[in-house]
Amino acid sequence: MTTESPDRTEPHGIESHGIEPHDVGRSDAAPHPAVAATTPTDFGIDYAPALESTSILSIDEEYGLFIDGAFVEPLDGGSFSTVSPATAEPIATISEGSAADVDRAVAAARRAYTKVWGPMAGRDRAKYLYRIARQLQERAREFAVLETLDGGKPIKESRDVDVPLAAAHFFYYAGWADKLEYAFPGRSAAPRGVVGQIIPWNFPLLMAAWKLAPALATGNTVVLKPAETTPLTALLLARLLQDVDLPEGVVNIVTGAGATGAALVEHGDVDKLAFTGSTGVGKQIQTSAEARRVPLTLELGGKAAHIVFDDAAADQAVEGVINGIYFNQGHVCCAGSRLLVQESIAGDFVERLKRRLATVRVGDPLDKNTDLGAINSAEQLARIENLVDAGVAEGAELYQPSCPLPERGYWFRPTIFTNVQQSHRIARDEIFGPVLSVLTFRTPEEAVAKANNTPYGLSAGVWTEKGSKILWMADRLDAGVVWANTYNQFDPASPFGGYKESGFGREGGLHGLTPYVTLTSRRGS
Amino acid sequence: MGERLGVQKTYKLFIGGGFERSESGRTFAVMGRDGRLAANAAKASRKDLRDAVRAARAAQPGWADRTAYNRGQILYRVAEVLDGRRSQFTDELRRSGTNGRAASREVDHTIDLWLWYAGWCDKFHHIAGTVNPVAGPYFNFTIPEPTGVVGIVGPGKRGLSAMVARLAPALVAGNAAVVLAAESASLAAVSLGEVLATSDIPSGVVNILTGDRYELFPSMVGHRDVDAVDVTGAPEDLDPAVFAEAASNVKRIVRGDGTDQSPYSIFDFCEMKTVWHPVGR
Repeated sequence: MTTESPDRTEPHGIESHGIEPHDVGRSDAAPHPAVAATTPTDFGIDYAPALESTSILSIDEEYGLFIDGAFVEPLDGGSFSTVSPATAEPIATISEGSAADVDRAVAAARRAYTKVWGPMAGRDRAKYLYRIARQLQERAREFAVLETLDGGKPIKESRDVDVPLAAAHFFYYAGWADKLEYAFPGRSAAPRGVVGQIIPWNFPLLMAAWKLAPALATGNTVVLKPAETTPLTALLLARLLQDVDLPEGVVNIVTGAGATGAALVEHGDVDKLAFTGSTGVGKQIQTSAEARRVPLTLELGGKAAHIVFDDAAADQAVEGVINGIYFNQGHVCCAGSRLLVQESIAGDFVERLKRRLATVRVGDPLDKNTDLGAINSAEQLARIENLVDAGVAEGAELYQPSCPLPERGYWFRPTIFTNVQQSHRIARDEIFGPVLSVLTFRTPEEAVAKANNTPYGLSAGVWTEKGSKILWMADRLDAGVVWANTYNQFDPASPFGGYKESGFGREGGLHGLTPYVTLTSRRGS
Repeated sequence: MGERLGVQKTYKLFIGGGFERSESGRTFAVMGRDGRLAANAAKASRKDLRDAVRAARAAQPGWADRTAYNRGQILYRVAEVLDGRRSQFTDELRRSGTNGRAASREVDHTIDLWLWYAGWCDKFHHIAGTVNPVAGPYFNFTIPEPTGVVGIVGPGKRGLSAMVARLAPALVAGNAAVVLAAESASLAAVSLGEVLATSDIPSGVVNILTGDRYELFPSMVGHRDVDAVDVTGAPEDLDPAVFAEAASNVKRIVRGDGTDQSPYSIFDFCEMKTVWHPVGR
């Protein structure tokens, strides 16, 4: 990215939804005052704007709650706005579900479980899930554009990652629905009943798919609570569920904030809870659920170590590290936020990262060239800024490229901290933003010790060309997912979930079925 | 000659491979069915629990690093040694209140449990793990790993065999354990420590505390260096505050499913690790 990038001022067609066009005029606001260096390389290359049209969207001014197959008004009439983080403009008015609304939704899910979905043959559940997968594929662009508008992530990510993976999850678990007798040797699997699921704002549709697909495949019905800053794709999914004639009440979507989620967690007629979000909230949910013996799975925060050895393929490792931390603005629980680079190559490797950072394009998420989109909310931006300030105050050395940022909306430059100590907050706290902390190590043993020196344990990355070292490291890293010579790969067939305070339970693959079934002994086994 | 006068045993705690009295100096009386004193047993304190957790943490990585074959042989050895001491264990169960035939049945079942679980050490990965057909050029597999340090509350009913039904699967997976033995099985639990100590189980991998397990339970649940707690033997009416303590480090709360021979009990004490690597030239 050069500092002379042309203004990208073309509006992109969301006026039809009653929203002002994005103000994409770019400011040259200075990077963080503590920036230690300016962009080291100017390739003199730039891209013409390539805005994805929003004409495919049809967004309502107001959305109700999706309960028992229909959109209904919230009982106490509460509402809030969902905002496009790229402009800070409201997009639509969303219903705020109360405890009474949650109660209605759970009752609808209970009826659907007892009368329709529980008794239904697995073969037929499979067909519904296949329908959902196919419709998601057919309407993929619409979902991708809406996801990007509502959440601020680059269109190339929502288009190439979030939506295809969401469809793939439904397709994968569809095939399990009529094969559960082969999934658990010596045991019969029965659904748990009504499942309460709470999902985060970083991958709104994809997390809905991760949660819904295995729950529905195994015969459960669901009350889903999307994140308050990103409800729109879940509500579009509700429309899709109507279109595929999913029986009423099998999936209920109650929008709202923390109080709505708490009402779902504490509801007495929920048979299983699943939560993806912060470790702090996860601990509260665990306290509540365990005391009432409600089965629970948690997918919480992370502070992943991304380990680069001196014998790694350097250019590939640079790409992996950049992808590992800047994918989805770093709003990724498994983001490779702690780079552990072997001391002998640290200087050169950090220079390579800085050179690569110069080509990371920050800006309008709807531009197909954009690499780093908008920060999801003002609240999250403030949290990132707070932690970055703490990093500077504690003595780490900050680097940001001097790329221009749009004037409106929520933005943060891709950031690299060097001279980071393990005791620094930026090495311990989950920042959930585009901020990489660089530490060094000398031996594999030291790399393992530093990597595991965190209460989290969701993921880790290892780069080396030596196969035995990869397996040695993979064996010792306390992480539920280890990416070796790659990073941030996801697949419906691959289990995902944490060690330690990153949570428990797995999503994806055969293991992703377990949380949603009760196992009983088969006669004669 | 008159009948030989027996040598009475002092029942101690089993911590870090050694047998120690409680640091608190406390004991409690184990009474027989006839209402007479069977023995005094050590009443473990919170400090004893702390020492046991420390010993377990130190021992766990070495146990997990043993080959599955070796762990299987060691657990098989436990069954061997226990089989040779059947009459002692039967006698200890009888002296602490279990009737005659039930006691011998329970000891036999306990031996068979060790044997059954020993064989899982190098097999449960086959059914717990997977190779995952991801949609891309990657080799991707998922394997079970031990959770780490596991706290186990021994169930009160058939206290010896029920305790082993939770302890053995935790050991199969490569965990180290701190066990709060049920009061009814205190004597046999301590003697089990003697069996483990002479069966090549490394010191600290199993630690057995006797005493008031409900008194110690909150401390175990609140201990930040315990990774999972098996509450199969915990009281039904637990103070909900206990679970806030458990959540302080997102402790895994494990409950048995009522069967005492199940590979799924091994999975309860496992974490699943998934590894990706590209396929290429």
